[in-house]
Amino acid sequence: MIIFDNITKRYGSKVALENATIHIDKGDFVFLVGPSGAGKSTFIKLILKEIEPDEGKLIVAGRDITHLSNREIPQLRRSLGVVFQDFRLLPNKTVFENVAFAMEVLHHKPRVIKRQVPQVLDLMGIGEAADKFPDELSGGEQQRVAIARAIINNPKVLIADEPTGNLDKDTAWEIMQLLNQVNLRGTTVVMVTHAFDIVERMGKREVEIESGQIIRDTKGGIAADV
Amino acid sequence: MFKGLGYSLKQAIVQIFRNKGMTVASLFAITAMLLILGLFFFLTVNVNFITEEIKDQFDTIEVFLQDDQTEAQAEVIRNSLSQLQGVANVEYISKAQAMEEFKTRWGDNAYLLDGLASNPLPNSLRVTLENLEDGELVAEVSRSMSGVEDVRYYQTEVNKILRISEGIQKGALVVIAFLIIVSVVVVSNTVKLTVMARQEEIRIMKYVGATNWFIRGPLLLEGMFIGLIAALIALGCTWAIYARLMAAIGQQAVILLSTSLVETNFMMINLTWIYIALGISIGAFGSILSMRRFLQA
Repeated sequence: MIIFDNITKRYGSKVALENATIHIDKGDFVFLVGPSGAGKSTFIKLILKEIEPDEGKLIVAGRDITHLSNREIPQLRRSLGVVFQDFRLLPNKTVFENVAFAMEVLHHKPRVIKRQVPQVLDLMGIGEAADKFPDELSGGEQQRVAIARAIINNPKVLIADEPTGNLDKDTAWEIMQLLNQVNLRGTTVVMVTHAFDIVERMGKREVEIESGQIIRDTKGGIAADV
Repeated sequence: MFKGLGYSLKQAIVQIFRNKGMTVASLFAITAMLLILGLFFFLTVNVNFITEEIKDQFDTIEVFLQDDQTEAQAEVIRNSLSQLQGVANVEYISKAQAMEEFKTRWGDNAYLLDGLASNPLPNSLRVTLENLEDGELVAEVSRSMSGVEDVRYYQTEVNKILRISEGIQKGALVVIAFLIIVSVVVVSNTVKLTVMARQEEIRIMKYVGATNWFIRGPLLLEGMFIGLIAALIALGCTWAIYARLMAAIGQQAVILLSTSLVETNFMMINLTWIYIALGISIGAFGSILSMRRFLQA
């Protein structure tokens, strides 16, 4: 699903990611761990095509995205869902509108939008909150809306950038359950996190990055080939 | 782009009402620009119109005959003038005819002429020139003929007027071009505030795979709407002002400049298209300009 083939990315003279090679298969659930500034964000930004790699080859969802034109980027992003630490909901739109918005972007008919959005909100356990605005919701609820928005278009890959960073322990665990559910439905999940307790408890694949190098790639605690 | 037209339209209208402050600011900016533009348009068109009138009037030389000249004597002078080089034709105008023309030109104010006890105008010959270059010579010859009281030909004055009007027209064009640039900048800055306020929204739109046109569409339409509304407001103001102006000085202009001003209807029909086209373009161009930076990457 995601293949990094000897990817190097530099910012000026500073190396953010060096000769990174990794295969993430369809249906994988991967934690990306490591200290701040290690290169995790660069990893995510490369997948989202916010930046271009300097060297190497990058394949996402079966497509070589090493070099994409500005016109092709929207196409790529439609096969990806993104969730952020700070939720990034639009404050002046209701929960329903926040999620519907992702479907409007793809020119879905209003009839289809009206049918599908409540379904996904129910799946995320926030069907009741459809008409509320983000600031009327708790952090956990806001993150559920964000996940609903990320998965409404059935992305092949869900990218979660510290999705539990702003949440208390119990809420964080609830969110993890939802992400697990999304993963079980066949979506590949790549999650950046600092929460080692969560990583441990989930028992999924871990990729550790430090100083721009992938230093560990283990599945459920057992070291795999790097 | 057209696939999302319904969405764009809806969003544009919603945004116009949600950002009332921004909308009003842009509206004022464009309306003010269009009004100043209209003023210069008014000036240029009228100067142009008056210039043409003057040109028409002054390709002729008026040769006034002495009062004791009979019609037969006038005919002799007429014949010799017609044979001069550069003369297209010579027409005899009697006192009475001259008075009639005068009255027509004065229009509503013609009653002032009714008070005259006798017709003070002389009989005259109106020489129409074939080309203006020969004017000076023809005037010279006519002046020396016996039976001629006076000759009226103002070539140097006409040239001066033509030069001034040309200057005014060129100046107005420069000012209009400058105003268009200024208004695009003003609008783009106003829209930029809207875009900045919606930067987060645009970023999220890009994350979910919105194309640039999908993001641009509503803002573009928003700009065009505002431009259109501004054009209509400016039109209303201009119409009111011009109609009032015409009522106040339109007739006086005939006496002051010996020509009338351009009709209100003619002005308004032209201005309608100019305002609408310019308003919409300024709005659209301003939006696109302000979004450019935010849509990269």
